[in-house]
Amino acid sequence: MSKFEALTGNAAVSNAMRQINPDVVAAYPITPQTDTVQTFSEFVADGLVDTEFVTVESEHSAMSACVGASAAGARVMTATSANGLALMWEIIYIAASNRCPIVMSLVNRALSAPINIHCDHSDVMGMRDSGWIILMSENGQEAYDNIIQAIRIGEHPDVLLPVAVCQDGFITSHSLERVELFEDGEVQDFVGTHEPQWPLLDVEDPKTYGPLDFYDYYYEHKRQQVEAMEKAHGVIREVTQEFNDRFGREYGLFEAYRMDDAEVAVIAANSTAGTAKTAVDNLRDQGLKAGLLKLRVFRPFPGQELAEALRGVSAVAVMDRAISFGSMDNAGPLFSEVVSALTLNDVHVPIADYVYGLGGRDIRPGEIENVYQEAFQMAENGKVERRVRYLGVRE
Amino acid sequence: MVTKLTPKELAKKEERLAPGHRLCAGCGAAIVVRQMLAAIDEPVVLANATGCLEVATTIYPYSSWRVPWIHNAFENAASTMSGVEAAYRSMVRQGKLEEKDVKFIAYGGDGGTYDIGIQALSGAVERGHQFLYVCYDNGAYMNTGIQRSSATPFGAHTTTSPAGKVIPGKQQFRKDLTKVMAAHDIPYVAQAAPSKWRDLMQKTRKAVNCGGPAFMNVLASCNRGWRHETDETIEVTQLAVDSCFWPLYEVENGEWSLTYKPRKKVPVKKWLERQGRFSHLFRDENRHMIDEMQEEVDRRWEKLLERCGEG
Ligand SMILES: Cc1ncc(C[n+]2csc(CCOP(=O)(O)OP(=O)(O)O)c2C)c(N)n1
Ligand code: SF4
Ligand SMILES: [Mg+2]
Repeated sequence: MSKFEALTGNAAVSNAMRQINPDVVAAYPITPQTDTVQTFSEFVADGLVDTEFVTVESEHSAMSACVGASAAGARVMTATSANGLALMWEIIYIAASNRCPIVMSLVNRALSAPINIHCDHSDVMGMRDSGWIILMSENGQEAYDNIIQAIRIGEHPDVLLPVAVCQDGFITSHSLERVELFEDGEVQDFVGTHEPQWPLLDVEDPKTYGPLDFYDYYYEHKRQQVEAMEKAHGVIREVTQEFNDRFGREYGLFEAYRMDDAEVAVIAANSTAGTAKTAVDNLRDQGLKAGLLKLRVFRPFPGQELAEALRGVSAVAVMDRAISFGSMDNAGPLFSEVVSALTLNDVHVPIADYVYGLGGRDIRPGEIENVYQEAFQMAENGKVERRVRYLGVRE
Repeated sequence: MVTKLTPKELAKKEERLAPGHRLCAGCGAAIVVRQMLAAIDEPVVLANATGCLEVATTIYPYSSWRVPWIHNAFENAASTMSGVEAAYRSMVRQGKLEEKDVKFIAYGGDGGTYDIGIQALSGAVERGHQFLYVCYDNGAYMNTGIQRSSATPFGAHTTTSPAGKVIPGKQQFRKDLTKVMAAHDIPYVAQAAPSKWRDLMQKTRKAVNCGGPAFMNVLASCNRGWRHETDETIEVTQLAVDSCFWPLYEVENGEWSLTYKPRKKVPVKKWLERQGRFSHLFRDENRHMIDEMQEEVDRRWEKLLERCGEG
């Protein structure tokens, strides 16, 4: 029997980690992720897990130790935010390229400067080309569910890629919500045991990890990473389906909320999707046909499926919690992804970007309702008034 | 049975670093690694920082390593190894892996150790991982073309401390990393050189059996950077030892002891004059630097003698 508890998003993740019982965790404290490793340390101290917790002296070393442990043949997890992720940067790429299926809880926080501990997505958006699989979570429950699935996805022999599971700093990482925890045994049964194919610790059959790789092979190795990403797409679907069947969920690559007859759609990720649902409900009560696409899988980007889901709407608004400085119109990164997905799949519809919530700036249902109103106007006029707006900023 | 440290017995062992690697002829790093690995009879797992030793032994699709080996990046051999060692302990404890008395060794150059990797190294030994970290010190970033590091000797010409008209080579004395590591109060710290091969091998054995983190700093001449003939590696290295530029000693559980005391201390000049990287110091206007270096070497040597109870 699963049980329901009042848990913060961080605590939900710590509990998933306890149930997964990884061989090694290497992590370093940083707000707003710190609670995760603190709670997990208690599990270690109380003997509730078999994990070797490497209390590294930096995030760079955290990811380095994760790569070492993963290559060694261990199941490995870590957690970080913003500057911590930035310090890991070099090794983030190495983890993916060495095909180490590390699972990371990434509690999204604004990158410095100025230093800020609150939520935005500038951290995760920077790692979008690094070769990691990236899952987004609306709340603690989804973070918990995604972490459990991430183990299976990353370790799948066709994939062997690291997975980052995101949730919003403070907004969900520190909010108490009702979270369903499955039985320990059920989780362990779902994740199964880790079967490393080429463990470094096999001293009888020595392996060389991380060689020098020039123009004669490097490119092919990158090509193999592409293949792994392509296969991840299908593996994510399989694992999600199995998870849904077992635990009574309805996850997909994204969630289409009241999209069936929607005239306009907003695309959002993480906690803002929850806020947007309230906005959709309010508008629906007024008889307005509003719908929401909540992104769950950001990498590999489900462009085709997304485009199909949007085929037929008359306007689209993208909610971006980050800026891609210097991109066309200084839009957000998600906007570029969605625009190219739609264009390449021949879905031609007015589309605008709404950058919002940087550095933890609150976003309210009313503001999102305004976004919808503007989308309805775009739909009516059949053209875009202003391509990129910065919601709630003092100009 | 433990292999006797005699040439005859050692010659019977299979090389763990296979021939055919692409380190330069006479490269000190290769000699150091081969001697050290020959000293160990147990299985080993190696980590290697980016640098000459790494790039020249694993040019894909080839590998010279007959033992498990991992390269991650430049500054993180210690933290990478802490992950490998943690994985080993975890999986052995859980019965997922058979215990085999594996010896974990991380190799880094002086750049990867004294400079960019010092934080990771300090953290890893503080955490108490059971591994040996070896710095093969050739006194510069050789792999990128001989740039100065904090291990580069005073006065040396490197490509970022060139012997110019106004500034004649490196202006700072080298960092004494071995002492820095001894200050971590770990079970075993030693300084060694391949010219005293038995000393190096004995230290290696002590290090991997000390039951905790160990650090060894091993002088490893680079003839490309030092500018000497490829067959002079051992000779030039021994001059560094005999001039007391590179004293051989160990710190075992806090006890400092010299493992070799030159019968007659050779003037540093004798070591300098064998290497092209110091040739500018022999010009009239720069000769005072040789005296300054001699003074500093003497000062450090006296201090060390005191520490080792030989003062
Ligand atoms: C983060 C980072 N900075 C710089 C480099 C470039 N780099 C590669 S090897 C190296 C020098 C290595 O010097 P050392 O550690 O002394 O080893 P050696 O080559 O002398 O054996 C440098 C600067 C790198 N690979 N990574
Ligand atoms: S450049 Fe120097 S350190 Fe590098 S392989 Fe050649 S001799 Fe060895
Ligand atoms: Mg060097």
